[in-house]
Amino acid sequence: MDSTLYILSFIAVATVATFATRVIPFLFLSRHHEHPLLLHIGRYLPAAVMALLVVVFLIKSASWSAPAFGADALLPCAVVILLHLWHRNALLSIVTGTAVYMAIQQSGLTTL
Amino acid sequence: MNAALFRQTLPILFGYLPLGMAFGVLFSTQLDYAWWYAPLMGVTIFAGAGQILAVSLIAARAGLLEVFVAMFVLNARHLFYGLSLLGQFRGAGWRKIYLIFGLTDETYSLLTSRPRPGPREDEQRNDFRITLLNQAYWVAGCALGALLGDNVAFDSTGIEFALVALFIVLTIEQYKALGETFPLWAGALSAALAVALLPAAQQLIGAVILATAALLIQYRRNRDNVERVHG
Repeated sequence: MDSTLYILSFIAVATVATFATRVIPFLFLSRHHEHPLLLHIGRYLPAAVMALLVVVFLIKSASWSAPAFGADALLPCAVVILLHLWHRNALLSIVTGTAVYMAIQQSGLTTL
Repeated sequence: MNAALFRQTLPILFGYLPLGMAFGVLFSTQLDYAWWYAPLMGVTIFAGAGQILAVSLIAARAGLLEVFVAMFVLNARHLFYGLSLLGQFRGAGWRKIYLIFGLTDETYSLLTSRPRPGPREDEQRNDFRITLLNQAYWVAGCALGALLGDNVAFDSTGIEFALVALFIVLTIEQYKALGETFPLWAGALSAALAVALLPAAQQLIGAVILATAALLIQYRRNRDNVERVHG
């Protein structure tokens, strides 16, 4: 297959596969949107997914060996939590936490 | 465009620009294709991890069936996201198909956590604008990264933490709205288990399946308790 044709068909296939994962629940479950089980999932799944994304990405953002032992990501995480409980200003919490994380990562402290 | 709406998407701008650029740089340094294929993928596929995986699949000239399976499995967690939006997207008309297309982790997080004070139709229009803004940030990142290639000059190391911080903030907001900790523990423990037991590529889907299973068990428990009280 010629390489332009290959990448175009690649993109088409990847597009269809990704869209399929997003559209399937709407195709097959739309009629049952008032079923108590789906209402239960709909109410609680977002919170569960948010918490699991935090844990998975925190683990990946941290350096777990010496000298950081995870503090390079857990410290900015604590900053975001405390700031958000205190001011409840999403943008302030996110920008400050990210700045702290960037400062730690760029300082080279984690790779001493 | 409403300023408050734009503010809600700013954390995603900080996350998507550098991540999109990372994909773009990877694309233009690993592959021998014109730069504009990178933003084209951002327009039609719109999936962070999926597009980064795509670079290695293209480099290996993977077969198209293999590509379909790999992309479907990698994004399979999105199968569960729709479950909680069946009602919210109902009656959104022509916008609905785009709202579904744009359900990335970040868009899903924002759309399920943000306050919805207005009439349903207005809020669906706002959901649509948020999704469109998010995709614009992503496509811009893909294009910039692919154009600059190796010449990215500024040190943005760590800026992608904006997305982790966004998820932390949204977890707190979810807790404040629900007043219950069970789903948070279910999600956090599922993630810890999945990271401990599964290879990196299957951790997210594994965690989503475990968390959904925990919610199913909770649902059955609640129902049995109700039956015991009323029966």
